[in-house]
Amino acid sequence: MIPTLRITTARAERDFVAKVEKISGQKLLACYQCGKCSAGCPMASHMDVLPNQIIRLAQLGMKEQLLAARSIWMCVSCMTCNSRCPKGIRIAEVIESLRMTALRDGERNDYLKIMELSPEARSELPPIATISAMRKLTS
Amino acid sequence: MKLIYYPGCTLKNQARNFDVSTVSSMGKLDVEVEELDRWNCCGTVHALDSDNVMNRVAPVTNLIRVKEAQAKTEGMASEFMTSCAMCYNTLKRANIDVRQRSDALETINNFLSLEKTKYEGDVEVLHLLEYLRDRVGFDKLAEKVTKPLKGLRVACYYGCLLVRPKEVAFDDVENPMIMENLITALGATPVPFSQKTECCGAYHTVGKPEIIAERTDKIMGSAYEEQADLVVVSCPLCAFNLDFRQDDAKRLNPDFNNLPVLYFTQLMAIAFGCDDSALRLDLHHVDPLPVLAAHGLV
Repeated sequence: MIPTLRITTARAERDFVAKVEKISGQKLLACYQCGKCSAGCPMASHMDVLPNQIIRLAQLGMKEQLLAARSIWMCVSCMTCNSRCPKGIRIAEVIESLRMTALRDGERNDYLKIMELSPEARSELPPIATISAMRKLTS
Repeated sequence: MKLIYYPGCTLKNQARNFDVSTVSSMGKLDVEVEELDRWNCCGTVHALDSDNVMNRVAPVTNLIRVKEAQAKTEGMASEFMTSCAMCYNTLKRANIDVRQRSDALETINNFLSLEKTKYEGDVEVLHLLEYLRDRVGFDKLAEKVTKPLKGLRVACYYGCLLVRPKEVAFDDVENPMIMENLITALGATPVPFSQKTECCGAYHTVGKPEIIAERTDKIMGSAYEEQADLVVVSCPLCAFNLDFRQDDAKRLNPDFNNLPVLYFTQLMAIAFGCDDSALRLDLHHVDPLPVLAAHGLV
């Protein structure tokens, strides 16, 4: 028997895409993959999924891959991508929405465990570093 | 002239050199700086999730304090200045956000129902550099220089927070020149600096200092190649990363050369002839004394 291929408008993880668009306030489909965000990203060399790839995966609703990516924790919201995007997409906001999706799931899987740092390391850090890290990387 | 001044937490801790040099140099410009009464944390980072209201409470509380301070002093403008780039960025963005989202502002005002003053989006947030350029003027500022920083080659580092996102930028996003213009007015020589708006790695200094080592090597290395004597900054987090993480950069790259990092206000304090106590050069990791002494500035 010939297998049949069903074409449908129903999309997997549609709720996830809607959530990312709502939290970030961005229209993911505006992206045409020019790659300018990744080209200028100061953290790109520490990322497993590049910023333009993050947008593509988000368009496709690939939740598991995105939430498991190291990249969403590497972005420091320096806004270089945002200021250069020819489509006006705020990529940093999209990445923040992914961090928030991970941090808001109630599991308290914080990326940063501040108490695991040595007391010496903690005491030399200025408050501006500790507070911003905790705001960005903990629930 | 009187001006409300918001220092922020790090200027009262590791970056006291930034605080005292700000206040002293403003005194020399005949601007009476008055520290904001009962200020609290600025919020540190601007939360980017569009449904976030809670993280706007801290910055808005400060804006309420500014309104209260203004109401108490006759002739005080409804604006305030901060020299910390991160406080500036967070307070300014929160201000823009609540001006655009009246429902969020109403929620915050309701939450802060014990406050006598309501916030109505009616305070202006200024960075010190912006204040110096637009309210004082670099030409007027140059007249106050008693010890020109002749021959001092300075790389001006902006990082992220002064020029991004564009709605908070008070200069060109890709190639700002405001600090170079200030440094020139003080008699120093700004050097071309390709890394001036590249991120220092920010708060990764807490959990991933190896990332900061790589960023510091790249940024400070570029300033060194331009034969800068020092790098000036406006952010205590950039200052910590670019100064205190130089040992890590050296471990990463044995060819790394140490370079002192100063706040632009410290160069102002030197040029205006402020006391040594206004510089607090003891708070630096890489000692700026040798290079300043070589130019006859200390």
